Amino acid sequence: MDYLLTEEQVMIRDLCREIVEEKIIPVRAELDESEEFPHDIVKVMKESDLFGVYIDEKYGGMGGGILDLCIVVEELSRGCAGIALAFAGTALGVDPILVAANDEQKERYLPRIVKGALCAYGITEPGAGSDASAIATTAKKDGDNYILNGTKCFITNGGEAEIYTIVAMTNKSKGARGASMFIVDADTPGFTYGKKEEKLGIRASATRELIFQDCKVPAKNLLGKEGQGFITAMKTFDMSRPGIGAQAVGIAQGALEAALQYSKERVQFGKPVSSFQGLQFMLADMATQVQAARALVYASARQIDAGVKDVTRTSSMAKMFASDVAMKVTTDAVQIFGGYGYIKEYPAEKFMRDAKITQIYEGTNQIQRSIIALDMIKKGF
Amino acid sequence: MSIKIIKNKCTGCSLCVKACPFAAISMVSKKAVIDYDKCTLCSACEESCNFDAIEIKREASKTPHLEEYKGVWVFGEQKRGAVQPVVYELLGKGRELADKLKTELCCVLLGKDVKDKAKELIHRGADKVYLIDAPELEHFLDEPYTNALVNLVRKYRPEILLCGATFIGRSLVSRVAVKLHTGLTADRTALDVDEKERFLLQTRPAFGGNIMATILSKNHRPQMATVRHKVFKESELDTTRKGEIIEETLSKSLYKSRTKILDIVEEVTSTVNLTEADIIVSGGRGIKAPENFAMIEELAKVLGGAVGSSRAAVDAGWIPYSHQVGQTGKTVCPKIYIACGISGQIQHLVGMQSADIIIAINQDPHAPIFGVATFGIVGDVFQVVPLLTRKFKEALNK
Amino acid sequence: MNIIVCIKQVPDTTQVKIDPETNTLIREGVDSVINPFDMYAIEEGVRLKEKHGGKVSVLTMGPPQAESALKEAVSMGCDEAYLVSDRAFAGSDTLATGYTLAAAIKKIGEYDIIICGKQASDGDTAQVGPGIATQLDIPQATYVKKIEDVKEKTAVIERSTEEGFEILETSLPCLITVVKEINEPRIPSLKGRMAAKKLQIKTLNAIDLDTEEDRLGLTGSPTWVSKVFTPPARPRGEIYETEPEEATTKLVNELKDRILQ
Repeated sequence: MDYLLTEEQVMIRDLCREIVEEKIIPVRAELDESEEFPHDIVKVMKESDLFGVYIDEKYGGMGGGILDLCIVVEELSRGCAGIALAFAGTALGVDPILVAANDEQKERYLPRIVKGALCAYGITEPGAGSDASAIATTAKKDGDNYILNGTKCFITNGGEAEIYTIVAMTNKSKGARGASMFIVDADTPGFTYGKKEEKLGIRASATRELIFQDCKVPAKNLLGKEGQGFITAMKTFDMSRPGIGAQAVGIAQGALEAALQYSKERVQFGKPVSSFQGLQFMLADMATQVQAARALVYASARQIDAGVKDVTRTSSMAKMFASDVAMKVTTDAVQIFGGYGYIKEYPAEKFMRDAKITQIYEGTNQIQRSIIALDMIKKGF
Repeated sequence: MSIKIIKNKCTGCSLCVKACPFAAISMVSKKAVIDYDKCTLCSACEESCNFDAIEIKREASKTPHLEEYKGVWVFGEQKRGAVQPVVYELLGKGRELADKLKTELCCVLLGKDVKDKAKELIHRGADKVYLIDAPELEHFLDEPYTNALVNLVRKYRPEILLCGATFIGRSLVSRVAVKLHTGLTADRTALDVDEKERFLLQTRPAFGGNIMATILSKNHRPQMATVRHKVFKESELDTTRKGEIIEETLSKSLYKSRTKILDIVEEVTSTVNLTEADIIVSGGRGIKAPENFAMIEELAKVLGGAVGSSRAAVDAGWIPYSHQVGQTGKTVCPKIYIACGISGQIQHLVGMQSADIIIAINQDPHAPIFGVATFGIVGDVFQVVPLLTRKFKEALNK
Repeated sequence: MNIIVCIKQVPDTTQVKIDPETNTLIREGVDSVINPFDMYAIEEGVRLKEKHGGKVSVLTMGPPQAESALKEAVSMGCDEAYLVSDRAFAGSDTLATGYTLAAAIKKIGEYDIIICGKQASDGDTAQVGPGIATQLDIPQATYVKKIEDVKEKTAVIERSTEEGFEILETSLPCLITVVKEINEPRIPSLKGRMAAKKLQIKTLNAIDLDTEEDRLGLTGSPTWVSKVFTPPARPRGEIYETEPEEATTKLVNELKDRILQ
């Protein structure tokens, strides 16, 4: 299927495929085992200008949009979703800056990001997962600074990023309307890291607690106005969901390719197993689902890039559908590999472990379904 | 130069299409048509045509006084006063060629305080040794060595000049050939002479070893070729042989060099030099982890061989690059090559397929390595290799 | 500093398959790539520029489709690209190739260092680099595994030998040929790829080069191929698919005498 990519987008795709083949595939199993952050590969990504694909040329970027970003996430995830998160997690941290930063803030941060400064997005807390309005971290104005106190958990790129975008309550009594968004530099006094999580999948990514103890953040790092944090967060989610969808599509594609290859090589009863109809039907279903998921993800990304105002429903659908497809396709890939699918020598089981998170983070698929249904009930079609 | 199809002779048999290694010929209306962008004028088609319908014109210049060039020469590469083993191999082959041509075999020796080595070269088959002994020639430097060799060739006019395809040899003769404006071919695997025309026929594998090409240099002298180590047998040592040592000198200005050696570093390796080894045991991706190379080393030790590897194992960081065999590594031709857990990608095969005996050990019976193997064992390397080590130990101790 | 990198486009051997019937290479559908050793030359040239300033010019001799190799070199960071292409160059052996490339380099202008890969993967001669140096009458260092230092008039390099390496000081301008150990070629960046797309490649033909006609192509080549043939296929070996115990015993029996020789 031709996805009608621009010449530049094809270039981005080809670059990512080279990185996957040459740099990611040879080390992914090892990094998955050791839970080591892929510093060497991040360096390659930096040097090849990947971090600037979706950032304005004014700041040194390539001037692309969410679709360009999705292509990168998808292609890197086809190799390893954990490694891809160094990029995707950064994009997530940058989204609030793109959504709400003033010119001075953009000037200060975007050129650094283009050059490869990793970012992270901090909203989730032990007591505030899908319910973002239950945030307990506070930010109290103190002269030219805000003083942050609280703990964020499950933060992708935590401890590795240089720049963090953090949601904290400036006025607890107002609930969600009392939330504000801040840019916090990694070296800000009072900002430390807690425990690093051990995970089922995406193990080459860093997932860590962020701890703010009387952390003094300059007032000029407030994104937008006080009380706008929740709106910024929601807009960020609208922008970031296609990216998770892209990650899911990449994982599914990687698993599908591995399964197809294996089915042609594995001989049983004197024939490659790909010649058996039961298996052919599985492969056909997998391929069709991956293609449908990709089409929806790209459509939702294009919608955002075209400046369509209300993108919530489509972007939730893209995230939810693609991640469910990834889970289904990777499970089937393990099945096709048979016993070899269950052992670590072959890549199938890793794809399956990696796929699971895409149904959970950035709003669980149950939350996505609620969003889609409520939006539809309220607005019709 | 030009190539053309003589239309009225072409029968459209398409033998030339099959013969072309570059897919540069196609049939259009039953006549051969050449794609000039693909054609390299290699002449495979001219050779294949039974109807003289393909004509390649060569209007080449000629070395003046070509018929006056006589004798077979070998470059006697020495390092720190030690003649390199490839020289003895070339003297072996050179003796055979010289006898066929009924001419003399000579050796060129350049160095400092190497006079005693000249005799050794005669004992190894040389009729004459041209010697330049000078402090400036102690270590190889491209420019003075080139000047020395060029001067000797101009003065004595050999018809054939052979040189080892070593680091030094390849650098040196490439320069010499340009200065003499003559033909040079690389890495010969077979050498012969046409006794009547006095041509040196130089055969080598091309394009990854699946096509052989015979190359000659009709109109230029000397006919120069580099030959890899271990391709030919060493000549026998005969201390009763007599020969002539001709000492030459070079004018000071020709010793001038724009490069100078600051230091020579010999890297200590416990294992045998790969390209020198008679037996090589190599490990590939199937070895799975760096520590498992111990098993390969163990087998190599029992056999008195060296340890090699495929690119996959080097790229994974299991073993240093200096052990890599294949296209981007070393080309080896040992007597026995044992490939353990190596699938046999073409890049690996080009580096080792001229070994006399190839043994493949691999789990996958369809691995391409079995296609070139003299013997193969389909099985788990972790079982097979230790068993082999044990059994060789027993067999060789008897 | 002005750096010139010479490259060659070769068939991608990673794609080459062997026809099991005829034992010949299947060339259909095989892409052309930059000679693997030349990738190290390009990378080293670009690194020298990044460290010392200046520009990198890349050149290749070949048919028009060799442009794609030049574009790839530019995407890795070379600044200018020259395609040396003319029907008159066809059939060149290493002598004629060295002569033609040297003529092209004179045309390009001033240079401090010329970098080539140690050899091409399709010919394996390792002669063209030294050939260019000799034609230009400049010093050379082959099989370079490290450039230690570059000054205005000299460079210090490490040259591989069978036993280790030598540290050489060479005057500039000079030509070096490089081995794999010298670096790890980069993956071309997006900006590099964009630059390559936009760059105009300069083509140099026989007339542009001021060459003597009888030194070009087949006419200027002392060596020529008199015969191309398919070698006899290696006879199918003996493959044991039995239990390891039995298979290893058989193999050791086959080999022990030959090892003892």
